[in-house]
Amino acid sequence: MNDFAIIWSHRDSVWVGLLNTLVLIVLSGAISIAVGLLLTPVLVGSHKMLAKMVQFYVDAMRCVPFLLFVYLIYFGLPSAGLRLSNWAAGALALVLYNSAYMAELLRGAWLELPASILDSGRSFGFTGWGLLRHIMVTPMLIRALPMIGNQLIQILKDSAFLTVIAVKELTHELNGIQSTYFIPFASFITALILYWIVCMVMEAMMGSFEQFAASRRP
Amino acid sequence: MNANDYFSILQGALLTVSLSIVSLIIGIPLGLGLALIRWAKLPLLKDLAHVYVNLIRSCPTVTLVLLIYYALPEFGVSLNPLPAAVLALTLSTTAFNCEVWRSALVEFPKDQLDAAYALGLNQINRMRLIVFPQIWRASLPGLFNEITLQIKSTPAVAVIGIVEITRAALRVGSNTYEPLPPFIFALLIYSAIVFVFLKLQKYFELQMKEKGYL
Repeated sequence: MNDFAIIWSHRDSVWVGLLNTLVLIVLSGAISIAVGLLLTPVLVGSHKMLAKMVQFYVDAMRCVPFLLFVYLIYFGLPSAGLRLSNWAAGALALVLYNSAYMAELLRGAWLELPASILDSGRSFGFTGWGLLRHIMVTPMLIRALPMIGNQLIQILKDSAFLTVIAVKELTHELNGIQSTYFIPFASFITALILYWIVCMVMEAMMGSFEQFAASRRP
Repeated sequence: MNANDYFSILQGALLTVSLSIVSLIIGIPLGLGLALIRWAKLPLLKDLAHVYVNLIRSCPTVTLVLLIYYALPEFGVSLNPLPAAVLALTLSTTAFNCEVWRSALVEFPKDQLDAAYALGLNQINRMRLIVFPQIWRASLPGLFNEITLQIKSTPAVAVIGIVEITRAALRVGSNTYEPLPPFIFALLIYSAIVFVFLKLQKYFELQMKEKGYL
Protein backbone atom coordinates (compact mmCIF):
# COMPACT_ATOMS: atom_id res chain seq x y z
CA MET A 1 0.00 0.00 0.00
CA ASN A 2 2.99 2.20 0.57
CA ASP A 3 3.53 2.13 -3.17
CA PHE A 4 0.13 3.66 -3.81
CA ALA A 5 0.96 6.39 -1.29
CA ILE A 6 3.96 7.31 -3.46
CA ILE A 7 1.69 7.55 -6.47
CA TRP A 8 -0.76 9.64 -4.50
CA SER A 9 2.05 12.03 -3.61
CA HIS A 10 2.70 12.35 -7.35
CA ARG A 11 -0.94 12.84 -8.20
CA ASP A 12 -0.17 16.07 -10.03
CA SER A 13 1.85 14.29 -12.71
CA VAL A 14 -0.74 11.49 -12.92
CA TRP A 15 -3.31 14.22 -13.40
CA VAL A 16 -1.23 15.80 -16.16
CA GLY A 17 -1.02 12.41 -17.87
CA LEU A 18 -4.74 11.77 -17.54
CA LEU A 19 -5.57 15.25 -18.77
CA ASN A 20 -3.27 14.87 -21.77
CA THR A 21 -4.84 11.53 -22.63
CA LEU A 22 -8.33 13.02 -22.34
CA VAL A 23 -7.43 16.07 -24.44
CA LEU A 24 -5.85 13.81 -27.07
CA ILE A 25 -8.98 11.65 -27.22
CA VAL A 26 -11.43 14.56 -27.42
CA LEU A 27 -9.35 16.58 -29.88
CA SER A 28 -8.38 13.80 -32.25
CA GLY A 29 -11.80 12.15 -31.88
CA ALA A 30 -13.60 15.35 -32.87
CA ILE A 31 -11.26 16.18 -35.73
CA SER A 32 -11.27 12.67 -37.14
CA ILE A 33 -15.08 12.51 -37.05
CA ALA A 34 -15.15 15.82 -38.93
CA VAL A 35 -12.58 14.65 -41.49
CA GLY A 36 -14.43 11.35 -41.79
CA LEU A 37 -17.65 13.24 -42.51
CA LEU A 38 -15.88 15.17 -45.26
CA LEU A 39 -14.32 12.04 -46.79
CA THR A 40 -17.45 9.89 -46.75
CA PRO A 41 -19.32 11.68 -49.56
CA VAL A 42 -16.15 11.45 -51.64
CA LEU A 43 -15.93 7.71 -50.96
CA VAL A 44 -19.49 7.07 -52.12
CA GLY A 45 -19.44 9.90 -54.67
CA SER A 46 -19.47 9.79 -58.42
CA HIS A 47 -15.97 11.16 -58.92
CA LYS A 48 -14.21 7.83 -59.44
CA MET A 49 -10.65 9.12 -59.36
CA LEU A 50 -11.08 11.01 -56.10
CA ALA A 51 -12.98 8.09 -54.55
CA LYS A 52 -10.13 5.74 -55.49
CA MET A 53 -7.56 8.01 -53.89
CA VAL A 54 -9.50 8.34 -50.64
CA GLN A 55 -10.14 4.61 -50.61
CA PHE A 56 -6.42 4.01 -50.98
CA TYR A 57 -5.71 6.25 -47.98
CA VAL A 58 -8.37 4.45 -45.92
CA ASP A 59 -7.08 1.00 -46.87
CA ALA A 60 -3.49 1.99 -46.23
CA MET A 61 -4.30 3.19 -42.72
CA ARG A 62 -6.21 0.00 -42.00
CA CYS A 63 -3.17 -2.08 -42.90
CA VAL A 64 -0.66 -0.09 -40.88
CA PRO A 65 0.02 -0.75 -37.19
CA PHE A 66 -0.31 2.47 -35.23
CA LEU A 67 3.07 2.24 -33.51
CA LEU A 68 4.94 2.16 -36.83
CA PHE A 69 2.77 4.97 -38.12
CA VAL A 70 3.67 7.14 -35.10
CA TYR A 71 7.36 6.68 -35.83
CA LEU A 72 6.80 7.41 -39.49
CA ILE A 73 5.11 10.73 -38.68
CA TYR A 74 7.65 11.55 -35.98
CA PHE A 75 10.69 10.93 -38.17
CA GLY A 76 9.05 11.82 -41.45
CA LEU A 77 7.78 15.30 -40.68
CA PRO A 78 11.22 16.86 -40.13
CA SER A 79 12.34 15.39 -43.47
CA ALA A 80 9.36 17.10 -45.04
CA GLY A 81 10.51 20.36 -43.46
CA LEU A 82 7.81 20.43 -40.76
CA ARG A 83 8.98 20.82 -37.17
CA LEU A 84 6.28 19.87 -34.71
CA SER A 85 6.48 19.26 -30.98
CA ASN A 86 6.17 15.64 -29.88
CA TRP A 87 2.66 16.33 -28.63
CA ALA A 88 1.54 17.86 -31.92
CA ALA A 89 3.18 15.07 -33.93
CA GLY A 90 1.39 12.50 -31.76
CA ALA A 91 -1.95 14.25 -32.11
CA LEU A 92 -1.44 14.51 -35.88
CA ALA A 93 -0.71 10.77 -36.06
CA LEU A 94 -3.87 10.01 -34.10
CA VAL A 95 -5.95 12.24 -36.36
CA LEU A 96 -4.53 10.94 -39.64
CA TYR A 97 -4.88 7.33 -38.53
CA ASN A 98 -8.37 7.50 -37.07
CA SER A 99 -9.89 9.74 -39.75
CA ALA A 100 -9.54 6.80 -42.12
CA TYR A 101 -11.39 4.49 -39.75
CA MET A 102 -14.10 7.10 -39.16
CA ALA A 103 -14.52 7.60 -42.91
CA GLU A 104 -14.84 3.85 -43.40
CA LEU A 105 -17.47 3.34 -40.71
CA LEU A 106 -19.42 6.42 -41.77
CA ARG A 107 -19.38 5.06 -45.31
CA GLY A 108 -20.96 1.90 -43.96
CA ALA A 109 -23.64 3.97 -42.23
CA TRP A 110 -24.24 5.97 -45.40
CA LEU A 111 -24.74 2.84 -47.49
CA GLU A 112 -27.21 1.49 -44.94
CA LEU A 113 -29.35 4.63 -45.08
CA PRO A 114 -32.64 4.06 -46.88
CA ALA A 115 -32.52 5.58 -50.36
CA SER A 116 -35.81 7.34 -49.64
CA ILE A 117 -34.06 9.85 -47.36
CA LEU A 118 -31.72 10.92 -50.14
CA ASP A 119 -34.54 10.98 -52.71
CA SER A 120 -36.92 13.02 -50.59
CA GLY A 121 -34.09 15.41 -49.75
CA ARG A 122 -33.42 15.86 -53.46
CA SER A 123 -37.07 16.34 -54.27
CA PHE A 124 -37.21 19.14 -51.71
CA GLY A 125 -34.50 20.84 -53.73
CA PHE A 126 -31.48 20.08 -51.56
CA THR A 127 -28.31 19.48 -53.51
CA GLY A 128 -24.61 19.02 -52.77
CA TRP A 129 -23.46 20.58 -49.55
CA GLY A 130 -26.96 21.47 -48.35
CA LEU A 131 -28.20 17.96 -48.94
CA LEU A 132 -25.27 16.65 -46.94
CA ARG A 133 -25.58 19.09 -44.07
CA HIS A 134 -29.34 19.21 -43.63
CA ILE A 135 -30.43 15.73 -44.66
CA MET A 136 -27.69 13.14 -44.55
CA VAL A 137 -25.44 13.96 -41.60
CA THR A 138 -27.84 13.42 -38.71
CA PRO A 139 -29.24 9.99 -39.61
CA MET A 140 -25.76 8.89 -40.67
CA LEU A 141 -24.22 9.89 -37.35
CA ILE A 142 -27.07 8.29 -35.39
CA ARG A 143 -26.63 5.05 -37.27
CA ALA A 144 -22.87 5.07 -36.82
CA LEU A 145 -23.00 6.04 -33.14
CA PRO A 146 -22.15 2.64 -31.60
CA MET A 147 -19.23 2.19 -33.98
CA ILE A 148 -18.00 5.73 -33.36
CA GLY A 149 -18.03 4.89 -29.65
CA ASN A 150 -15.89 1.82 -30.30
CA GLN A 151 -13.49 3.88 -32.38
CA LEU A 152 -13.17 6.50 -29.64
CA ILE A 153 -12.13 3.72 -27.25
CA GLN A 154 -9.66 2.61 -29.91
CA ILE A 155 -8.26 6.17 -29.90
CA LEU A 156 -7.83 5.94 -26.12
CA LYS A 157 -5.83 2.76 -26.59
CA ASP A 158 -3.81 4.17 -29.47
CA SER A 159 -2.95 7.23 -27.40
CA ALA A 160 -0.90 5.00 -25.05
CA PHE A 161 1.45 4.26 -27.96
CA LEU A 162 2.46 7.91 -27.97
CA THR A 163 4.62 7.19 -24.93
CA VAL A 164 7.30 6.01 -27.39
CA ILE A 165 7.76 9.56 -28.65
CA ALA A 166 7.60 10.94 -25.08
CA VAL A 167 4.16 12.50 -25.23
CA LYS A 168 3.18 13.10 -21.61
CA GLU A 169 0.09 10.91 -21.61
CA LEU A 170 -1.07 8.60 -18.83
CA THR A 171 1.13 5.58 -19.57
CA HIS A 172 4.17 7.81 -20.02
CA GLU A 173 3.70 9.64 -16.72
CA LEU A 174 3.13 6.45 -14.73
CA ASN A 175 6.05 4.76 -16.42
CA GLY A 176 8.12 7.72 -15.28
CA ILE A 177 7.00 7.29 -11.66
CA GLN A 178 7.55 3.56 -11.96
CA SER A 179 11.14 3.89 -13.09
CA THR A 180 11.98 6.50 -10.44
CA TYR A 181 10.65 4.61 -7.42
CA PHE A 182 10.65 1.02 -8.76
CA ILE A 183 6.98 0.51 -8.06
CA PRO A 184 5.83 -1.01 -11.35
CA PHE A 185 2.78 -2.86 -10.03
CA ALA A 186 1.19 0.11 -8.28
CA SER A 187 1.96 2.45 -11.21
CA PHE A 188 0.60 0.34 -14.01
CA ILE A 189 -2.39 -0.87 -12.03
CA THR A 190 -3.22 2.80 -11.44
CA ALA A 191 -2.92 3.42 -15.16
CA LEU A 192 -5.08 0.40 -15.97
CA ILE A 193 -7.81 1.44 -13.55
CA LEU A 194 -7.79 5.04 -14.78
CA TYR A 195 -8.11 3.81 -18.38
CA TRP A 196 -10.94 1.60 -17.26
CA ILE A 197 -12.78 4.49 -15.63
CA VAL A 198 -12.33 6.67 -18.72
CA CYS A 199 -13.69 3.86 -20.88
CA MET A 200 -16.70 3.39 -18.64
CA VAL A 201 -17.45 7.11 -18.68
CA MET A 202 -17.13 7.12 -22.48
CA GLU A 203 -19.46 4.14 -22.76
CA ALA A 204 -22.00 5.76 -20.45
CA MET A 205 -21.85 8.97 -22.52
CA MET A 206 -22.29 7.06 -25.77
CA GLY A 207 -25.19 5.16 -24.16
CA SER A 208 -27.02 8.33 -23.23
CA PHE A 209 -26.32 9.78 -26.70
CA GLU A 210 -27.85 6.68 -28.20
CA GLN A 211 -30.88 6.96 -25.96
CA PHE A 212 -31.28 10.58 -26.95
CA ALA A 213 -30.94 9.59 -30.61
CA ALA A 214 -33.47 6.78 -30.17
CA SER A 215 -35.97 9.17 -28.61
CA ARG A 216 -35.57 11.56 -31.57
CA ARG A 217 -35.89 8.84 -34.19
CA PRO A 218 -39.09 9.28 -36.18
CA MET B 1 20.63 0.78 -45.81
CA ASN B 2 22.34 -2.40 -46.98
CA ALA B 3 20.97 -5.89 -47.50
CA ASN B 4 21.74 -6.79 -43.92
CA ASP B 5 19.55 -3.96 -42.63
CA TYR B 6 16.66 -5.01 -44.81
CA PHE B 7 17.11 -8.55 -43.60
CA SER B 8 17.07 -7.56 -39.94
CA ILE B 9 13.83 -5.65 -40.38
CA LEU B 10 12.33 -8.64 -42.18
CA GLN B 11 13.38 -10.85 -39.28
CA GLY B 12 11.74 -8.39 -36.90
CA ALA B 13 8.53 -8.59 -38.90
CA LEU B 14 8.60 -12.38 -38.72
CA LEU B 15 9.11 -12.28 -34.96
CA THR B 16 6.21 -9.86 -34.53
CA VAL B 17 3.84 -11.98 -36.57
CA SER B 18 4.93 -15.19 -34.82
CA LEU B 19 4.30 -13.54 -31.45
CA SER B 20 0.78 -12.59 -32.45
CA ILE B 21 0.08 -16.02 -33.91
CA VAL B 22 1.30 -17.80 -30.76
CA SER B 23 -0.87 -15.54 -28.60
CA LEU B 24 -3.86 -16.17 -30.86
CA ILE B 25 -3.37 -19.95 -30.83
CA ILE B 26 -3.51 -19.87 -27.03
CA GLY B 27 -6.01 -17.05 -26.72
CA ILE B 28 -8.79 -18.18 -29.05
CA PRO B 29 -9.54 -21.47 -27.16
CA LEU B 30 -9.08 -19.69 -23.81
CA GLY B 31 -11.57 -17.06 -24.94
CA LEU B 32 -14.02 -19.84 -25.79
CA GLY B 33 -13.51 -21.27 -22.30
CA LEU B 34 -14.24 -17.91 -20.69
CA ALA B 35 -17.26 -17.39 -22.91
CA LEU B 36 -18.61 -20.81 -21.93
CA ILE B 37 -18.11 -19.93 -18.25
CA ARG B 38 -20.09 -16.74 -18.70
CA TRP B 39 -22.70 -18.51 -20.83
CA ALA B 40 -23.19 -21.31 -18.31
CA LYS B 41 -23.50 -18.64 -15.59
CA LEU B 42 -21.16 -20.45 -13.21
CA PRO B 43 -21.40 -18.63 -9.88
CA LEU B 44 -18.47 -16.33 -8.99
CA LEU B 45 -16.42 -17.53 -11.98
CA LYS B 46 -18.73 -15.70 -14.37
CA ASP B 47 -18.28 -12.46 -12.42
CA LEU B 48 -14.52 -12.87 -12.38
CA ALA B 49 -14.56 -13.47 -16.12
CA HIS B 50 -16.75 -10.41 -16.59
CA VAL B 51 -14.41 -8.12 -14.64
CA TYR B 52 -11.38 -9.57 -16.43
CA VAL B 53 -12.85 -9.04 -19.88
CA ASN B 54 -13.98 -5.51 -19.08
CA LEU B 55 -10.68 -4.46 -17.55
CA ILE B 56 -8.49 -5.90 -20.26
CA ARG B 57 -10.63 -4.64 -23.11
CA SER B 58 -10.25 -1.07 -21.92
CA CYS B 59 -6.50 -1.38 -21.32
CA PRO B 60 -4.04 -0.26 -24.00
CA THR B 61 -1.71 -3.08 -25.11
CA VAL B 62 1.37 -0.99 -24.31
CA THR B 63 0.26 -0.49 -20.74
CA LEU B 64 -0.56 -4.16 -20.31
CA VAL B 65 2.82 -5.23 -21.69
CA LEU B 66 4.61 -2.83 -19.33
CA LEU B 67 2.52 -4.06 -16.40
CA ILE B 68 3.27 -7.73 -17.05
CA TYR B 69 6.96 -7.23 -17.69
CA TYR B 70 7.78 -4.86 -14.84
CA ALA B 71 5.26 -5.84 -12.18
CA LEU B 72 5.48 -9.65 -12.16
CA PRO B 73 9.00 -9.65 -10.64
CA GLU B 74 7.45 -7.90 -7.60
CA PHE B 75 5.58 -11.15 -7.01
CA GLY B 76 8.66 -13.29 -7.51
CA VAL B 77 7.89 -14.24 -11.11
CA SER B 78 10.64 -12.96 -13.31
CA LEU B 79 9.91 -13.41 -17.01
CA ASN B 80 12.17 -12.79 -19.95
CA PRO B 81 10.83 -10.27 -22.44
CA LEU B 82 9.61 -12.92 -24.91
CA PRO B 83 7.44 -14.96 -22.48
CA ALA B 84 6.24 -11.71 -20.90
CA ALA B 85 5.19 -10.45 -24.33
CA VAL B 86 3.37 -13.67 -25.17
CA LEU B 87 1.62 -13.59 -21.78
CA ALA B 88 0.51 -9.98 -22.19
CA LEU B 89 -0.66 -10.49 -25.77
CA THR B 90 -2.52 -13.67 -24.80
CA LEU B 91 -4.23 -11.99 -21.86
CA SER B 92 -5.36 -9.22 -24.16
CA THR B 93 -6.58 -11.33 -27.07
CA THR B 94 -8.36 -13.79 -24.76
CA ALA B 95 -10.61 -11.02 -23.51
CA PHE B 96 -11.53 -9.92 -27.03
CA ASN B 97 -12.06 -13.47 -28.26
CA CYS B 98 -14.26 -14.18 -25.27
CA GLU B 99 -16.59 -11.41 -26.41
CA VAL B 100 -16.69 -12.75 -29.97
CA TRP B 101 -17.53 -16.28 -28.82
CA ARG B 102 -19.99 -15.02 -26.25
CA SER B 103 -22.01 -12.98 -28.71
CA ALA B 104 -22.36 -16.11 -30.85
CA LEU B 105 -23.39 -18.14 -27.80
CA VAL B 106 -25.92 -15.57 -26.65
CA GLU B 107 -27.59 -15.61 -30.03
CA PHE B 108 -27.66 -19.40 -30.15
CA PRO B 109 -31.32 -20.49 -30.38
CA LYS B 110 -32.52 -22.07 -27.14
CA ASP B 111 -34.97 -24.44 -28.87
CA GLN B 112 -32.10 -26.31 -30.50
CA LEU B 113 -30.61 -27.00 -27.10
CA ASP B 114 -34.00 -28.20 -25.88
CA ALA B 115 -34.35 -30.42 -28.92
CA ALA B 116 -30.91 -31.92 -28.33
CA TYR B 117 -31.86 -32.48 -24.73
CA ALA B 118 -35.10 -34.19 -25.78
CA LEU B 119 -33.12 -36.48 -28.10
CA GLY B 120 -31.16 -37.61 -25.08
CA LEU B 121 -27.79 -36.16 -26.01
CA ASN B 122 -25.59 -35.68 -22.98
CA GLN B 123 -23.87 -32.38 -22.17
CA ILE B 124 -20.67 -33.16 -24.07
CA ASN B 125 -22.43 -34.34 -27.20
CA ARG B 126 -24.80 -31.38 -27.07
CA MET B 127 -21.86 -29.03 -27.16
CA ARG B 128 -19.84 -31.04 -29.63
CA LEU B 129 -22.54 -31.87 -32.16
CA ILE B 130 -25.06 -29.08 -31.87
CA VAL B 131 -23.63 -25.91 -30.34
CA PHE B 132 -20.02 -25.78 -31.37
CA PRO B 133 -20.33 -26.31 -35.15
CA GLN B 134 -22.78 -23.43 -35.29
CA ILE B 135 -21.12 -20.88 -33.01
CA TRP B 136 -17.85 -21.59 -34.77
CA ARG B 137 -19.32 -20.38 -38.05
CA ALA B 138 -21.03 -17.43 -36.44
CA SER B 139 -17.79 -16.39 -34.72
CA LEU B 140 -15.47 -16.70 -37.68
CA PRO B 141 -15.82 -13.13 -39.01
CA GLY B 142 -15.35 -11.71 -35.52
CA LEU B 143 -12.35 -13.93 -34.86
CA PHE B 144 -10.73 -12.93 -38.12
CA ASN B 145 -11.30 -9.31 -37.27
CA GLU B 146 -9.60 -9.88 -33.93
CA ILE B 147 -6.69 -11.65 -35.64
CA THR B 148 -5.92 -8.62 -37.79
CA LEU B 149 -6.35 -6.28 -34.82
CA GLN B 150 -3.97 -8.42 -32.80
CA ILE B 151 -1.36 -8.45 -35.56
CA LYS B 152 -1.64 -4.67 -35.72
CA SER B 153 -1.22 -4.18 -31.98
CA THR B 154 1.64 -6.63 -31.48
CA PRO B 155 4.39 -4.04 -32.20
CA ALA B 156 3.49 -2.72 -28.71
CA VAL B 157 5.88 -5.33 -27.27
CA ALA B 158 8.75 -3.17 -28.56
CA VAL B 159 8.48 -1.16 -25.34
CA ILE B 160 10.06 -3.99 -23.34
CA GLY B 161 13.01 -4.26 -25.69
CA ILE B 162 12.05 -7.17 -27.93
CA VAL B 163 13.73 -6.69 -31.28
CA GLU B 164 10.56 -6.98 -33.28
CA ILE B 165 9.84 -4.95 -36.37
CA THR B 166 9.75 -1.50 -34.69
CA ARG B 167 12.93 -2.01 -32.70
CA ALA B 168 14.69 -3.48 -35.69
CA ALA B 169 13.78 -0.41 -37.75
CA LEU B 170 14.82 1.95 -34.94
CA ARG B 171 18.14 0.16 -34.65
CA VAL B 172 18.85 0.39 -38.37
CA GLY B 173 17.84 4.05 -38.27
CA SER B 174 20.26 4.87 -35.48
CA ASN B 175 23.08 3.00 -37.22
CA THR B 176 22.62 4.73 -40.54
CA TYR B 177 21.56 8.13 -39.12
CA GLU B 178 18.59 8.00 -41.44
CA PRO B 179 15.52 7.05 -39.44
CA LEU B 180 12.98 7.39 -42.22
CA PRO B 181 13.92 4.71 -44.82
CA PRO B 182 13.89 1.76 -42.38
CA PHE B 183 10.45 2.82 -41.14
CA ILE B 184 9.07 3.11 -44.63
CA PHE B 185 10.43 -0.34 -45.40
CA ALA B 186 9.03 -1.74 -42.13
CA LEU B 187 5.64 -0.21 -42.86
CA LEU B 188 5.59 -1.68 -46.34
CA ILE B 189 6.33 -5.22 -45.16
CA TYR B 190 3.95 -5.03 -42.26
CA SER B 191 1.12 -3.54 -44.31
CA ALA B 192 1.62 -6.32 -46.82
CA ILE B 193 1.22 -8.90 -44.03
CA VAL B 194 -1.90 -7.25 -42.63
CA PHE B 195 -3.24 -6.85 -46.16
CA VAL B 196 -2.92 -10.59 -46.75
CA PHE B 197 -4.91 -11.24 -43.57
CA LEU B 198 -7.60 -8.72 -44.55
CA LYS B 199 -7.90 -10.40 -47.95
CA LEU B 200 -8.09 -13.83 -46.27
CA GLN B 201 -10.87 -12.49 -44.07
CA LYS B 202 -12.82 -11.25 -47.11
CA TYR B 203 -12.23 -14.58 -48.88
CA PHE B 204 -13.47 -16.64 -45.93
CA GLU B 205 -16.54 -14.49 -45.51
CA LEU B 206 -17.34 -14.91 -49.19
CA GLN B 207 -16.89 -18.68 -48.92
CA MET B 208 -19.17 -18.81 -45.91
CA LYS B 209 -21.77 -16.75 -47.72
CA GLU B 210 -21.65 -19.03 -50.75
CA LYS B 211 -22.16 -22.05 -48.55
CA GLY B 212 -25.03 -20.24 -46.88
CA TYR B 213 -23.53 -20.28 -43.41
CA LEU B 214 -23.74 -16.53 -42.90
